[in-house]
Amino acid sequence: MSLNVDIRHAFDGFKLHVTCTAGSGVTAIFGPSGSGKSTLVNAIAGLLTPDEGRISLGEEVLFDQAQAVHIAPAKRRVGYVFQDGRLFPHMSVRDNIRFGARYTSGGLDQAEETRLVELLGLETLLTRRPGTLSGGEKQRVALARAWLSQPRLLLMDEPLAALDEPRKDEIFPYLERLRDVAQVPIIYVSHNLAEVARLADDLIVLQSGKVALSGTAETVLSDPKALPLLGVREAGAILPARVIGHDADGLSRLALSGGEIVLPGVSAAPGTTIRLRVLAQDVLLSRDPPRGLSSHNVLPVTVETLHRGAGPGVAVRLRAGEDVLLARITARAAEEMELAPGAQCHAILNATAVPRGSIGGGAMPLKI
Amino acid sequence: MSLTAAEWAALSLSLKVSFWAVLISLPFAIAMAWLLARRDFPGKSLLSALVHLPLVLPPVVTGYLLLLTFGKTGAVGAWLNEIGIVLAFRWTGAALAAAIMGFPLMVRAIRLAIESVDPKLEEAAETLGAGRAARFTRITLPLVAPGILAGVVLGFAKAMGEFGATITFVANIPGETQTLPSAIYAFLQVPGGEEGAIRLTLLAVGVAIGAVLISEWLARRVSQRIGRA
Repeated sequence: MSLNVDIRHAFDGFKLHVTCTAGSGVTAIFGPSGSGKSTLVNAIAGLLTPDEGRISLGEEVLFDQAQAVHIAPAKRRVGYVFQDGRLFPHMSVRDNIRFGARYTSGGLDQAEETRLVELLGLETLLTRRPGTLSGGEKQRVALARAWLSQPRLLLMDEPLAALDEPRKDEIFPYLERLRDVAQVPIIYVSHNLAEVARLADDLIVLQSGKVALSGTAETVLSDPKALPLLGVREAGAILPARVIGHDADGLSRLALSGGEIVLPGVSAAPGTTIRLRVLAQDVLLSRDPPRGLSSHNVLPVTVETLHRGAGPGVAVRLRAGEDVLLARITARAAEEMELAPGAQCHAILNATAVPRGSIGGGAMPLKI
Repeated sequence: MSLTAAEWAALSLSLKVSFWAVLISLPFAIAMAWLLARRDFPGKSLLSALVHLPLVLPPVVTGYLLLLTFGKTGAVGAWLNEIGIVLAFRWTGAALAAAIMGFPLMVRAIRLAIESVDPKLEEAAETLGAGRAARFTRITLPLVAPGILAGVVLGFAKAMGEFGATITFVANIPGETQTLPSAIYAFLQVPGGEEGAIRLTLLAVGVAIGAVLISEWLARRVSQRIGRA
């Protein structure tokens, strides 16, 4: 089942023109405030009627302006997790999550409910009112509520934006578990790149109402052209790493396709593959093999492309084995080092922080 | 303090008239409140003004207009008369007068409550598969319950106290249209009637206090139920 969107919509002097596709897995829609993310998801849910275009899910046309098709939101079976939760204040948590069940073909699926309640850790919350829940608990209930309505597509509009960092860390494992069991496409809207890097399979970058970049998360995040769009501080490649083992001093050895590195604070079991996020500004380059460094994380790399931005910086796309890294260095350094496509050099990864908490589904994001 | 049969009749008539006035007008008041709170259409301000008219018109004028419309020879009254419904000078007419006078108060209270319900909650219900009717009965109505309760109390109080329109439309017939206020008025028209007037006044005060206490208790129950306590 895949979602196909091609819509135009104008309002308040703002024009949205988006053509995109989302298949199975998590497709993140990333963009700054006002780039049209919410308009896009509202159009998919049917809460907003675009001026022109077409939206289809699998074989079914949800909206087609030319043929005057507009399926009512209630009939779309598109689950929606709102940024502000929107739980029904007059119902218990149990009644909230069961709300949509009576509109599904099979009614309430008891087994699925039990499984979901366990998956999202809602056992002790079921009899409580939304007014007594914390922000993170509310969003977990909202996830369960959307999920139990048996959607064919799940929309999440910045579900973590209203939460502070500890709450985000608390809910993230649940999101990842849901992602791993979900059989339907998930659209995840965010303006937080760390979340995107952690969850997304595919990534669509919106800017001023248009699709600026799209592709797999690995490709887009390691695209030097994406650096100004994503923000210099936030841009960085993601790459898979296999845990080799944990050493007695608290460091863990990880195998990348281009070499071995060590990191602190990795809790995943040896043999599992986790997802690393390497920020572009945390990668240093050296032409000669570096010696006497405080970092053990040196990978031989080949320069693929260089992208000069408006400022003094240059984004460099590096090949490390089968993976791609992104480094951000100054244009002066690039000149002095005579960096050009094909140049061999060494990348030093500055390992700094690792988010706490083990993650289900074998994905572990790291900022190194 | 013992009441005469006529005084009992006035009290029970007032309660009956007020009960039916509120019961019959409530669904219309909810529909009208929803229309004014959630819909945009041409002539909305005109409709709103019309609804509020009984609030600002002298009650005697409202009563006279009711008599012109629902009297036996009135436009609607003649037609109702043919199918055997007579309102003028009957307790049913008193109920109609009370309903019309209380209607703006009920609509106002319910409208404010509907406006305070976040339409985003209804949107959320929509994405979960709930159609319009289900959204109204499962989301809007329960959340508006305190407002409806307030409207009912206001409407009931207004109906209990309604005098001008009632006496103009259905006169002051003991046992048929003589409500509590009409009975007090009648007592004051005859020499030596003060004692009866005072008894009925105390009775009216008692009913009012009782109504307020019951509504407060109900309001607490309702807000506990919808999780706002």
